[in-house]
Amino acid sequence: MTIVMTTQTQQTPMLDDFLIRAALAGIGLALAAGPLGCFVVWRRMAYFGDATAHAAILGVALSLAFSLSLFVGVLVAALAMSLGVLALAGRLYTMDTLLGVAAHGALALGLVAVSFLPGGRVDLMAYLFGDILAVSQLDIAVIWIGAVVVLILLRLRWQALLLVTLSTDLAAARGYDARREQLILTLALAVLVAVAIKIVGALLITAMLIIPAAAARSMSRTPESMAVIAAIVGLCSIISGLSASFYWNTPTGPTMIVAAIILFVLASLWSVVNRGR
Amino acid sequence: MNLISTCGVGIRFGGRRILRDINLSIREREIVTIVGPNGSGKTTLLRVLIGAQSPTEGVVTRGAGVSIGYVPQRLAIDRSMPLTVSRWLRLAGAHQASDRQRMAERVDIVGLLGEQMTSLSGGEFQRALLAQALLARPALLVLDEPTQGLDQLAVASFYRLIEAVRGEIGCAVLMVSHDLHVVMRSSDHVICLNGHVCCEGTPTVVSAAPEYQALFGFGAEGALALYRHEHDHRHDHADTTDTHAG
Repeated sequence: MTIVMTTQTQQTPMLDDFLIRAALAGIGLALAAGPLGCFVVWRRMAYFGDATAHAAILGVALSLAFSLSLFVGVLVAALAMSLGVLALAGRLYTMDTLLGVAAHGALALGLVAVSFLPGGRVDLMAYLFGDILAVSQLDIAVIWIGAVVVLILLRLRWQALLLVTLSTDLAAARGYDARREQLILTLALAVLVAVAIKIVGALLITAMLIIPAAAARSMSRTPESMAVIAAIVGLCSIISGLSASFYWNTPTGPTMIVAAIILFVLASLWSVVNRGR
Repeated sequence: MNLISTCGVGIRFGGRRILRDINLSIREREIVTIVGPNGSGKTTLLRVLIGAQSPTEGVVTRGAGVSIGYVPQRLAIDRSMPLTVSRWLRLAGAHQASDRQRMAERVDIVGLLGEQMTSLSGGEFQRALLAQALLARPALLVLDEPTQGLDQLAVASFYRLIEAVRGEIGCAVLMVSHDLHVVMRSSDHVICLNGHVCCEGTPTVVSAAPEYQALFGFGAEGALALYRHEHDHRHDHADTTDTHAG
């Protein structure tokens, strides 16, 4: 009898445990992705975000081949990709074309590279679409540290980033260097991609950046309120997506994105109705 | 004291030379206007002066602690960014709310503080840009064709406003303008630009200069000046030929 009771008391916390770990990881991501996603939307960097995220698969191959931590491998690949594109853009090809080459190139190259690795086939689904239910305590620590770094970067450079986004000339007259602010955003984006790959996977990271920010637009009057609302929308998507995937046994990453889409549609409807009045 | 000066400044884009040999200086409280045809490098020169672009030749010297307020030619605010007029003014830096209120009253946008920047009319938008540039109490106010797209009445009142606030704040003003009649009335110094400085000086000196009249050639007088200018040139040429022949 005592044995049965012990098993029961142990099972319930274990069940809670992985859900709580998943929720903690998701909340960390949403808090950073909301404000950063606003810049992705304002600066029309959606495709840039995609390319950085797709480079993550190359990073997965890198970290598996050299036994690096996943975070380090993805961070290096994402940074190398975005800095390379920034350096080459505008010479012979537009940013758009370069990103198209880079994004799909990195994804394809990453997939091929992973298949060469010894030790059997790697489960790529987890890297493409995330596996939030498998996050460890160490993962949560890494995710939160990454999220806090992104938020601190944005907070410190907020005024400069807004000015550079509005007009690089205006920012220059004020003594801000547009290239430096662009590098800061690029760095923040690479860090976010590196922490997000465990949660939503390489293919859905941009969705976590853009959808909450887009949903927040119709409800906000200043850049700051849009950033805060985007974080809240992201938070709600993570929590509701997580619960929904638990009850209906659907893949967690995509379910969280579907939840975000539902919030986006509701916000858009709300703004249409309000404008009509 | 010079707020800002350039020495032998030139700009090349690829093989094209946009500006060459620009020497100018702006003193405290002076109103300097740059005029010139399209593609004469006016905006490029302003971008060099505010530090948005490094010159490929020559040097720009900015006095220690000289702050610049800049009103760009156009500012396309993406509709995806929510921005009220009040928040826009706060982008000027950490100023007292009372300062912002006073500045908004000064340029007559106080009733619009809660509105979105994207919903303002052309004139209101220009005044909001001006207010933000002035909030930092700059030593030099730089305006790039600030009245483009405004109607005549709005143009006149915008220039009156700039002259008035210059008196109040005590800043120098550097502007690019197409509104020649206004320029001639209110500037201390006019620079006529066409890739290089064609001529410069007080408005009276510049408007009498053949280079200026050749570039803008107004009315009968302008056309005559243009003719006379060309005639002089041919005459010189003939002289040279004569000398050679002799």
